[in-house]
Amino acid sequence: MIDVILAVVGGTIAVTIIGIIVGLVLLGIDRKFAAHMQARVGPPLRQPFIDVAKLMCKDSIVPENAVVSVFNAAPLIALASAVTLLLYIPIAGFYPLFGGLGDAILVMYILTVPALAMVAGGFASGSPYATVGAQREMVTMIAYEFPLAVAIVAVAWRFSMAGFSDPFSLATMAGVGSGVVVWDIVGPLGIIGCLILLLVLAWVTPAELSRVPCDTPEAETELCGGLVAEYSGRNLALFYLAGGVKTFAMTALGVAIFLPWNISWFIGITGWTALIADVVFFLLKVIVVMFFSVSLIRVSMARFRINHLVSLYWGYIAIAALVGLMMIILDVFMKGGVVL
Amino acid sequence: MRLSKSLNRSLWVFHFNSGSCNGCDIEIVATLMPRYDPERFGIKLVGSPRHADVLLVTGPVVHAMKDRLQRVYEQMADPKVVMCIGSCGQSGGVFFDSYNLDGPVGDVIPVDVYVPGCAPRPEAIIDGVVKAIAKLERIQEAKDE
Ligand code: SF4
Repeated sequence: MIDVILAVVGGTIAVTIIGIIVGLVLLGIDRKFAAHMQARVGPPLRQPFIDVAKLMCKDSIVPENAVVSVFNAAPLIALASAVTLLLYIPIAGFYPLFGGLGDAILVMYILTVPALAMVAGGFASGSPYATVGAQREMVTMIAYEFPLAVAIVAVAWRFSMAGFSDPFSLATMAGVGSGVVVWDIVGPLGIIGCLILLLVLAWVTPAELSRVPCDTPEAETELCGGLVAEYSGRNLALFYLAGGVKTFAMTALGVAIFLPWNISWFIGITGWTALIADVVFFLLKVIVVMFFSVSLIRVSMARFRINHLVSLYWGYIAIAALVGLMMIILDVFMKGGVVL
Repeated sequence: MRLSKSLNRSLWVFHFNSGSCNGCDIEIVATLMPRYDPERFGIKLVGSPRHADVLLVTGPVVHAMKDRLQRVYEQMADPKVVMCIGSCGQSGGVFFDSYNLDGPVGDVIPVDVYVPGCAPRPEAIIDGVVKAIAKLERIQEAKDE
């Protein structure tokens, strides 16, 4: 019993540290990508670390008309729930720490918690800008939740049709142990469907992370930072960290569902070299996914208006997700790929 | 004040227009363009005074803006730096002795660095930022000793 508790506590601390470091490095890489696309040099890779260190040693102001407890708790909850996500998502082909205790549906629920914490913090800060930002964040959440759910459930359903006993587990989807990924079990139609769902997930990512073009809730030019307008110092640093960890979690989720291959499956290496090669390969995949779903989109687009955002996600992207789902269903009925 | 090395390398800037003619604001925007790329040094524009380390004030502080400027200054978290961009914030400039001025900026809030010019070139604004960083480093060294 004691060693189980030790393993859980130790693992959680390790995941927290790794998550925060990788998350901040990802933010740095993202800024570097964006800078190079705009023909700039850009900040050094460790800029997010400097930013966090600076925010940590600044004053943390609590506005007079804020609800102090909620205002201070929100950043902590956001960071904690973002780290919790990583405990359920397979990273570099390892079985997730809490993989046996929760599945893709739970991950989808936890994905909303950091956003909800920001909404609570926004309402609690008692500033009209933060309140408007919080309302927009809720609308954004409602908008992107449906395509995200369709994408994840479609893949899980395909696994169950192929006769997997635990289709909703992210470890099953990522082929941990079995080495079977979604592309191995779908037929030609299913491949098209999965490609569409991959694009849908890539488009849900910026909304999930509140990055341009979906940073309507934070819109610093019109809402002065929106949700986080009143936050400063340590609390803002915690939101910053939560953003980094969430970027890591969201891209790791995309990698786990659609690009879960490990390099060691292909070039028969074992032991430590395989471990290191897998981790490096995983990080490369995460960076590639982040480039296409965050950096590229955010550099090439302007911000959506909130009603455009809703009609885009409820209209076009939801339809694309449903088309992908239909393709996968047809694939099963036409007995393409592996069907039980 | 808790100054640190990381503050010098990550100055977040809030831009406040206290009634300027917009000439200086355009030059500030030009400074933030890819050509000068201040993000190399971690400098970026933020939307809320709560997030900011540097307050860039342009304009001569007209009567209606005095309270706002003071409030924005107080809303910023310590440690903070104030830079005054443009001649009219220093002396009134072309608006000198106007009936509606409560400024210049130095009379309303404490200013750390003045950047003269009407309007100053981006190079001058960057030089001002370098002076601000040098000042922060000097204060830090004095404190360390
Ligand atoms: S200094 Fe000159 S250019 Fe700048 S705001 Fe004043 S009048 Fe305009």
